Formats: sequence, structure tokens, C-alpha cells
Amino acid sequence: MEEQFVPSVLIANIALMSMLGVITIAIIRMTSLFGIVMLSGVYSLVSAAWFQAMDAVDVSFTEAAVGAGISTALYLGAMLLTVRKAKPTKGILKRWAPLLVVIGTGSALLYASVDLPAFGSLDSPVNTGVGMQYMEVSPKEVGTPNVVTAVLASYRGFDTFGETVVVFIAGVAVILLIGFGERALAASNWRGREDDDAQGDDSHLILRVVSKLLIPLIVLYAFYVHFHGEYSPGGGFQAGVIFAVAIMLYSLIFGLKAAMTAFPPVWARVGAAMGVAIYGLVGVICMLNGGRFLDYDYIFGPPSGEAHGHHNWPQITGIIGVEVGVVVAVACVMITAFYAFAGRTPEIRDEDW
Amino acid sequence: MTMLADLVIAPTVLAMHAPVLLVIAPLLVGAATVLAPSGRFAWYMAVATSAFCLWMGISLAMEVSQNGVVSYHMGGWAPPRGIEFRIDALNSLAVVIISFMGLMSAIYAQPAVEREIRIEKRPMFYTAYQTCLAGLLGIVLTGDAFNLFVFLEISSIATYVLVALGAGRDRRALTASFNYLILGTIGATFFVIGVGFLYAATGTLNMADMARIMEADSLHHSRVVQAGFGFIVVGLGLKAAMFPLHQWLPPAYAHAPSFVTVFLSSTATKAAFYALARFMFSVFDPTFSFLEPVFLYVLAPLAAIAMLACSFQAVFQTDVRRILAYSSVAQVGYMLLGLATGTAAGLTAGMFHMANHALMKGALFMAVGAAALNASVWKVSHFNGAAARAPLTFTGLAVAGFSLMGVPLTAGFLSKWKLLEATLAEGWWWAAVVIGISSFLALFYVGRIMQAAFFAKAEEGAPEIKEAPFVVLLPLWLLAGLNIVFGLNPSLPLGMAEAGARAVLGVDLNISGGAQ
Repeated sequence: MEEQFVPSVLIANIALMSMLGVITIAIIRMTSLFGIVMLSGVYSLVSAAWFQAMDAVDVSFTEAAVGAGISTALYLGAMLLTVRKAKPTKGILKRWAPLLVVIGTGSALLYASVDLPAFGSLDSPVNTGVGMQYMEVSPKEVGTPNVVTAVLASYRGFDTFGETVVVFIAGVAVILLIGFGERALAASNWRGREDDDAQGDDSHLILRVVSKLLIPLIVLYAFYVHFHGEYSPGGGFQAGVIFAVAIMLYSLIFGLKAAMTAFPPVWARVGAAMGVAIYGLVGVICMLNGGRFLDYDYIFGPPSGEAHGHHNWPQITGIIGVEVGVVVAVACVMITAFYAFAGRTPEIRDEDW
Repeated sequence: MTMLADLVIAPTVLAMHAPVLLVIAPLLVGAATVLAPSGRFAWYMAVATSAFCLWMGISLAMEVSQNGVVSYHMGGWAPPRGIEFRIDALNSLAVVIISFMGLMSAIYAQPAVEREIRIEKRPMFYTAYQTCLAGLLGIVLTGDAFNLFVFLEISSIATYVLVALGAGRDRRALTASFNYLILGTIGATFFVIGVGFLYAATGTLNMADMARIMEADSLHHSRVVQAGFGFIVVGLGLKAAMFPLHQWLPPAYAHAPSFVTVFLSSTATKAAFYALARFMFSVFDPTFSFLEPVFLYVLAPLAAIAMLACSFQAVFQTDVRRILAYSSVAQVGYMLLGLATGTAAGLTAGMFHMANHALMKGALFMAVGAAALNASVWKVSHFNGAAARAPLTFTGLAVAGFSLMGVPLTAGFLSKWKLLEATLAEGWWWAAVVIGISSFLALFYVGRIMQAAFFAKAEEGAPEIKEAPFVVLLPLWLLAGLNIVFGLNPSLPLGMAEAGARAVLGVDLNISGGAQ
């Protein structure tokens, strides 16, 4: 195991961390909101690379999809509604209270770091405690090759249910505060034909052709990420985000009206609630069959007690089931947020992007 | 009597799953409320879920009082691998308070929401309310530190949007909500950093397991654990509006929709306060060597300053809801002073005061919101002569106000008395002085509102205040009445608070006795 810490990996870690530091300082010093949004996307991408270097592939994938991908797009959407430049900030010494808080927090972190176990140490509490248990027993108890999926969707499936609710309530918040925008609502009732926005044809011909090819593939990839999540990195959250990106891409190139005809805002609103309901009902089915909430062993009825063969079907079914809930909730909330921002913007001009 | 017991005790199937039903019922019904055809229908759904939660909560509390700790394993995985809902006497009190106040505010909601929230937003508004209720109940039910963070996030995000919806009536709700969002997010981040440190030191996320490992390996010498304690207390302290981390609270309470202020003031800070008590007394142990100076030289002085400074600020406010909001911060100081003693008596007094404060502040904000149902009133002077026009509303306000001042024969008096006993037992004579001064200040700020309502003459052209409808008066008078009932016979809340302190400290003290 010693060879894990060959200097090259260590150097990569240090290099990526210092890049994060540099990006943070650049973000603080910038006033152009566009630049800040771009840099925060870069920050997420570098973090994703760093997580990759630390073998946390699932976290890395999520960070890339959510942090670098969709949140950057949503920031851009929000930025269209406001000014492009932040007001110049006061000098650092005039803001002494936040400075003190930051210094205090930093000192507390440094104070604690002395007693933290060495990086990657094998006998640290984390590696000997529950973490090791998951590695040892999850193939037998849950049976998914990807241990992260077993922890996320089964052992700590209740947390993931909570996270799905967090995404859902964020969508509710966007609808309640921003709405779909009056314009967007009007557009969603629009049932016209393609000739209404034919004037964009010439300028975006290549984009249209390419994206028509790409969008089905993106959706297909989303489903792959979802259903393959138990074998490889990925799962409901990433798949939902990728699916939403397909709709957003369609909307950017073919216009909001066309996107809202293909995927009406009402679907997004109802879908977000459906996602939570699907996740919860998988748990409730287990309860009705005599198990605890989300105890997938009971999903087809009380467990027979026979040793299962290569596949532990009740667990796998439960995991796929709740991941469907996650995918639906995440995709619908992301689309909702995009519609809400885009519906408020009079029109997205070329120079805005 | 047996018939009543039969009604209260849930059927076995429900009782078996009561811990998780308390959370998933409002979550799933809340999600379904998105589809509700009208605001009125959504309100029925919200009231029904809240009533169901109270039923489950009471039945759970009765089971805990009879059989001791209830543990519910999510997904059938035993802790520490799985997530556990673990209910002992300390949480069962918090569960009952939150679900009871949830039902009271849900009943109260309808007229206020109809006045303040736009018609197309009402169904989703009730979705946000039910999700918030589920989040708060999750915080007090869970036995897993990270799961607590997840529920903290659920309740917080729902709270931000609920507060921001006050914008329909008062645009300042938006900035209040935004400030709350920034501070609340910092608080949540601090909490999760603290949990991360504890995980690094103990290798587990289960709270009982953490406590066991820290005790067994004497981890209180570890700087990681010490810093973890600091981050957790600051994070939860922000949510509980612990002085000086309370800046978000007065604007949020003053500009949120009336129903939201009632609900939050009687549940949100209570859930965070419970979590604080749980970490201080159950996960950590007040006898840890590094904690004694923290309790004595940091928490106790901060509590005392809150009681004095915020009561003083309350005296000088003109906005009625701001008066009550500053008073809330001061009352959190009372509760925290109880915790800072580090004794069973102090914890009992803190939890008892928490229960009473939910009852009195809930009633006070209800009365203030009821007055604003027909007219836009928010200043003390707007209340001039209002008691003559709306006698039932304002008598309810007066009863709760007396309890807040700590007039004998009210619940507020008894919990202050318990606090006095607990601090004097530690030899903290200064605490007695602080309690005295703070109560004296309460006399002024509550007295001002009452004086205006009962004795001042209404000005010409002042907004017309009318008597509130029955759905508002019912919960208002139930709460006000409970302030008197518990003032005469406190055995129910006080007994539960004592049982909570025993459950938490009795066990832990034995373990530490063995280890040292």
C-alpha cells in the first residue's frame, strides 16, 4: 500500500490544491461577474481532478457534472438578469469583522490539523471504523460492485432521500420566488409550429444539425450513467443533471418556446414532486412488506432466507428504484431552475453567451 | 380515561414505524401538496399532516416514557453502518413540542396566508411549510450526526423561502431572507466541518457511537475533537440564535409572513437548541476537561449578555415583531444559561424554558399577526386602544405576555425559577442578578405593548383592528391557556424535561466515572 504515495501523486495533489488557492484569490479580486462564474466553474473542474487523484471517482464525477457543469450554466442564467460587474468592494481593513471570522476559522482548522491522522494512513479511525466495514461486508450484504453506490443508496439511503428532498425544496423555492416568469408561462401555452422561429435558421444551421445529433446521445448517456451506477461511478444525481443539460442545450439552440413545447414547465413542476414520491414510496413498500423504511430486502415481500446467488435482486431493485426517484427529481428541478431564469430574460442574445 | 389512552396510542403498525412516519408523512404529503387544486385544499392537507405528526409524536413519547430508548434502523441496517433514529426522553420532549406547535401554527395559518400570499403560490407555500416541519422533526429524531446535517439543510432551505415570501407584504423580507441564507449556510458549513472532525477522530457518524468511542479512547485530549466541538457549537449556535450569532433573527421574524414567524419562533430555534443540548451533554460530556472552562468562561457570559443586551434592545424597538424577536434572543440566553451550568438541574431548566418559550412566543406572535389580519399594523402605537376592539385577541396576548415577564402562576415564572435554582446551586449569584434585571426589562417591553392596547386611546385615522376569526383564536387561546395550566401544574413539561436530563446525564456520568 505504500506505493500509493509515490511522489508524483503527492506532487499532483499539492499542485492541484495550490491551483485551487490561486483560483480562490482570483475570484475574490475580480469584479466581472462573468469572469467569476467562469472561474468558479474552473474551480469545480480542478476540484474534480483533485478528487480523481485521491481515488474518489464518484465524488469527482458529481463535482464535474454539478459544480463545473450545471451550476455554471445556472449562474450564467441568473447573471443575465442582473448587472455584469460587482460593485467595487471596500478595502480589506474596513471589513475587519469578516476578516476576524476568517482568521479565527483558519486558526481553528490549523489547531486541529496537528492531531489529524496522517494523509492516507491505514490505521486512522476512518479507515479502521465503519469505512472498513463497508468494504468488507457490502459485497455480501448489498452485492453492488460499486461500494459507493451501496453506501449511498442502501446503508445511508435515508441520507440520500434527504438530499433528494433538499433538491426538491430548492426547486420549490425557485418556483415560489422567481416563478416560471410570466413570459415563460405564456410561452408554455404556445403550441405553434417551427416556422414561427424560422428566422434563426441561417445563423445556427451547423449548431442545429450538430445538436440534433448530440441531444439524443446525451440523453442516452444520462440513462447509461443512471443504470450503470451500481457498477461504475455515477448514479441518479449525475444522470439527472446530464438529462437536464440536454433540455437546456435544446432550449439554447432552438429557443425557449420549442424547449417548453417538448418539455412543458408543468412536467418539471410535477416531476420534481414525483421524484420525491418515487423515492419515498420505494421505502413505504418495504414498510408494507414488514421491513423498515427503505429496507430493500423486503421489497418483494419478507426475505426468503435462501442465500442469493450472484445477484442480490431485492437490494439491486431497491437501489435502481430509488435512483429513478433521484434522477426524476434532480432533472426536473434543474430544468425548472433553468426555465425560471430563462423565462425572465427578455431574450438570450448571441453576445450574452 | 382508558378511552382517551386508546385514542392517543397509535395502532401497533403505526407505532412501530412512528419515528420515520413523523418525517416521511409531511415530506410525502408535502410533495403531493404541489398538486393541490387550491390554497384552501393545501391548508387541509397541511393541518392533517401536522395533526398526524402530533399523534405519532405523543404516541412515541408515551412509548419512550414506558419502555425507554426507541431505536429505528433505517433500511434495516444496524448502526453504525446504517442510520438510526434514536429517541430517548430528551428528544421525545422536543418532538412533542415541535409537532404540537406545528399543528397550532398550521391551524392558525389559513386567514394570514390568504391575506399575505398570492393565490397561485399558496399550495407550494404549504409544501414548503410541511417540508420545513419534516426537517425540524428529523433534526430532533435522528441519532446520526450527518443525517442531522441533512435535516438541518432541509429545514433551513424551506425556512429561507418561507421568510422570503413575506415580500408580498413587505419587500424587506427579501434582504432579511438573504442575510439569513448567508449566515445559515455559514452555520451549516461550520456544523459539517465539526462533524467531519469528529468522524476523523472516531471513525463513526452515529452520535451514541461517537460518545462511546470518545469516552473509551479519552479523545478529549485530541485537538481534532476540541476543534470539532467548537465548530459544532458555533454552527448550531447560529441556527439557535445564540448571542452574538443572532443578527439574522430580528429582521427575519419582523418581515416574514405572520404565520411563518409564529411557526419559526416556536419550532426552528427550539430544534437547533435541542441539537446543541444533545451535542453538549450526550455526544460530548460536560465533565471533559476542556469543556469546563468553555462552559464557565464562554457560554455562561454569552448567555448573560444575551439576556441583558437583547432585552435592552427590545425595550427600544418600535416594531412590535422586532420587540418580540429581540426578546426571543434574550430567552435563548436563558435556555443557554441553563446548559452552561453543565448540570442535570441546568439542563432541566433549559429544556423546560424551551417548552414554555414555545408556548408563550407562539401565542404572542399569533396575537400580533391576528391584529394585522385586517389592517396593516406593526408599530406599538398602532395598537393604541386595540383591546377594546379585539378583546379576545388581546387578552390572549396579555396572558402570554405575563408568562414572558415571569409573573407568578404562569409557566414562564416556573421555568425562570428553576433556572434560578440551578444557577444558585452552582454558586452563580451573578446569574440571579442577571435573571432579575432581564425580567425587569421584560416588564417594560411587554408592558409597553399591553399599555398601548389596553389603556391608550386610539388615534384618529388609526388602522382599524378587528377581532380575529375562530381558527386564529382557537390556537391562540389554547397556547395562552397552557401557559396558565402549566403555571399551576407543571408536572407534564417539567417531568419530561427532568426525565430528559436524567436520560442523558445519568448514563454518561456512570461511564465517565468508570473511565477516570
